[in-house]
Amino acid sequence: MAFELNVNGRTVSVDVPADMPLLWALRDVLHLHGAKYGCGIGQCGACTVLLGGKAVRACLTPISAVGKQTITTIEGLSPDGTHPLQLAWQEVDVPQCGYCQAGQIMSAAALLARNPKPGDKDIEAAMNGNLCRCGTYLRIRSAVHRAAEMGSAPRTQTPANRE
Amino acid sequence: MTPQQSQHVDRRSFLKITALAGGGVLFGFGAAREAAAQVGGPGQATTDPHNFIKVAPDGAVTIVAKNPEVGQGIRTMLPMLIAEELDVSWNSVKIEQADFDDTRFASQNAGGSTATPNNWLPMRQVGAAGRQLFITAAAQTWNVPASQCATSAGRVIHAASNRSLGYGELAAKVAALPAPNLAEVKLKDPADYKIIGHTQPGTDVKAITTGKAVFAIDIEVPGMLYAVFEKCRVFGGTVAKANLEEIRKLPGVKQAFVVERPPITDTVLPGETGLENGIAILAETWWHAQSARKKLLVTWNEGPRASQSSAAFAQRADEMSKQAPQRTIRADGDAEAALKNAAKVVEAAYSYPFIAHAPLEPQGATARWNNGAVEIWTNSQAPAGGRRLVAQTLGIPEKDVQVHMVRGGGGFGRRLTNDYMAEAAYIAKQAGAPVKLVWAREDDMTHDTYRPGGFQYLRAGLDGSGKLVAWRNHFVSYGDGERFVAAGAMGPTEFPQRFIPNYALHASVQPLGIRTGSLRAPSSNAFAFVIQSFIDELARAAKKDPVQFRMEILDAGAAPADAAPEAGRGGAAPPGMDAGRMKGVLQLVAEKSNWGKRQLPKGTGMGVAFHFSHRGYFAEVAEVAVDSANKIKVNKVWVAADVGSHIINPGAGENMVEGAIIDGLSELMSQEITVESGRVVQTNYHQHAMMRLAQAPPEIEIHFLKTNFPPTGLGEPALPPVLPAVANAVFAATGKRVRALPFSKSGFAWA
Repeated sequence: MAFELNVNGRTVSVDVPADMPLLWALRDVLHLHGAKYGCGIGQCGACTVLLGGKAVRACLTPISAVGKQTITTIEGLSPDGTHPLQLAWQEVDVPQCGYCQAGQIMSAAALLARNPKPGDKDIEAAMNGNLCRCGTYLRIRSAVHRAAEMGSAPRTQTPANRE
Repeated sequence: MTPQQSQHVDRRSFLKITALAGGGVLFGFGAAREAAAQVGGPGQATTDPHNFIKVAPDGAVTIVAKNPEVGQGIRTMLPMLIAEELDVSWNSVKIEQADFDDTRFASQNAGGSTATPNNWLPMRQVGAAGRQLFITAAAQTWNVPASQCATSAGRVIHAASNRSLGYGELAAKVAALPAPNLAEVKLKDPADYKIIGHTQPGTDVKAITTGKAVFAIDIEVPGMLYAVFEKCRVFGGTVAKANLEEIRKLPGVKQAFVVERPPITDTVLPGETGLENGIAILAETWWHAQSARKKLLVTWNEGPRASQSSAAFAQRADEMSKQAPQRTIRADGDAEAALKNAAKVVEAAYSYPFIAHAPLEPQGATARWNNGAVEIWTNSQAPAGGRRLVAQTLGIPEKDVQVHMVRGGGGFGRRLTNDYMAEAAYIAKQAGAPVKLVWAREDDMTHDTYRPGGFQYLRAGLDGSGKLVAWRNHFVSYGDGERFVAAGAMGPTEFPQRFIPNYALHASVQPLGIRTGSLRAPSSNAFAFVIQSFIDELARAAKKDPVQFRMEILDAGAAPADAAPEAGRGGAAPPGMDAGRMKGVLQLVAEKSNWGKRQLPKGTGMGVAFHFSHRGYFAEVAEVAVDSANKIKVNKVWVAADVGSHIINPGAGENMVEGAIIDGLSELMSQEITVESGRVVQTNYHQHAMMRLAQAPPEIEIHFLKTNFPPTGLGEPALPPVLPAVANAVFAATGKRVRALPFSKSGFAWA
């Protein structure tokens, strides 16, 4: 079945089964590898992307449920890697293996979009669905705070509608 | 070992490969050790600077990172050592990942926290040799003595004539110069270090945060198919029949076939079983393959392991604990007599479960078979062993296996075992197309090389003054005769051996039909919990402060010069524990945590523990609050570490220690793999939980005690002490002594 998707500000067409999770359409059909497979059951958050600005688990989101909502992946969070979260993650040097970090950043992006100055409890609530097997949680927490400081208005739109 | 050979049995779907002589192959950690030993260990360089350093005519410096990167930061750290001695500015350096090539890079592996001790000297020598080449080239150009030349930030300077040349201008000349003898190159005075000891951000941090970092799972090769591989839930089970005709008709499916190797017959499974039986499904996307797999109907011959269970293991261990031990590993003095004469005897039974590695990136690899040779992209931690396994599995020479090393989404020891490389290579050869194999999380959780569970039955005696005078441990593990399962051994020098006059370590084993292997800080990750919890019990029985009691034990030890090699590990044994260094970190952590001097509210307690592993000295204190519902909050962890004279990349080192603490807490609270009907019960993270952000300690305070010893690794030794530190803090807070991991089984949970 053909589906028209708005991914990172571009309209693309994929011809896949209606029950294919968005994750696999992104990874194997559109060759966008930023969102990762970790568990397939919504336990780890490595596949997190923004759907209509909200953080969702792409491994559990069937392509048929996407409709006209905008999809933002880590590749489209900013045109040049300068979203405050990306800069903060770099400054704090958060990653170890890095496999979970795209999902972490996308969850944080959804948080900052609705709450530009989150407290520790807000961060815990928003980020608790994202596992980090390497245990970089303390750095994730401080990087979210740092991003909030850096970006008075964090940009979570897609590159297209930002222009 | 006999090479495996493949042959067609049934043209339509069946493959058969011959058994390995001896019933299996044993690589993984052993191979990594062996590879490290081949280089000669610390201090012996066998490498050519030309293989590591490239300078472009414009002066851009590329440094090759030789080791597998699985999150330990090695791709940044090893090039830092080279760049420091090469005398270039770190900002000018680009880093390039090496492919596997042991003729150019000697040892390339990630295991045992060995990269720092094994590379500290050789990689600096490589950099210094590179610097010497540029000086030689400049001296020749100017026709002046090399001794008059100096370097600074990528330039050679001849002060006497006020001339200088950039490395880029000299690069062509350098390429033609022979490498100097590495042992004779001059190294910098550490006081002049500009890169070593200064935090450098991870080389790939920008790529990671923009989604551009390439992990093994991200590799794409033109024309490749996506593969899943269904194996029997009982290890070593074989395929009797399967509905492959039906599977081949499903949407997107390109091929489906049985991979068959003869049954694995060992009583105790080797860590590296290589290729197992199973069914490969290849499709146009991974989702198509995985969806088709859900329609797969297989009848398995499960074999004799289908009867094993965790309940039976525990029952058998309990029986063995009441019988005479099968053998004695170590006996100093007379533990039995000393126990009889002791003023006080403390007895306790401890246990810990099997646990899974579960790195976030599941196992998998991409392979391309081409005319008798194979090219493979892998995140293996032990690519030397992987190449050998693939060669044997396909029946081709090792030189025809080309291994590309790709970033791994975590390792923790799982990727020391290369079964998934063998699968990808074999499936690609059979399919006649490039193949990306990706395991589902369920495959990973049920086909791991598990941290072995175990049981320890301890008795110790105190004299009238509260001094520890006798220690007897009946260690009940898994194995066969005198052979322990992989990572399931306890060696004759396990602490507190040599710190106590009467010490007895006995062992009994039972057979095991699941694979085991090295998990981050192997054996230490379980033993520290047992030993340091039991020592806490003894301190209480002796009515002594837990730090003071430990200091007294360390004071009673043999001199460091007499120290035996570290317990329970093969290969070139690292040195034994130096009691003085351990006392240093214990003292430091007590000071920093204000041990014994703080007023704590009811329900809050502090615990201490230390452990020596992988050449690293770690003492840790935890402060926990436990509520009436047994909900635990770890308020803070203090870490004092002695890993030698330099922390090469301090920020990354702290990150690694923080992660080790959190990893250890996951193991403490919630991780357990159980076996029923020969099958691993847990299939995904909801049943084998790791700590989440809201549960993590809000603060981890780390102090590195710099001592005059060569730097050693940080990947593993920070982990073991945190389990007993928290267990001892929980006792201090509640009076409840938990002797079985995970704590969740005793009704505890994170707050």
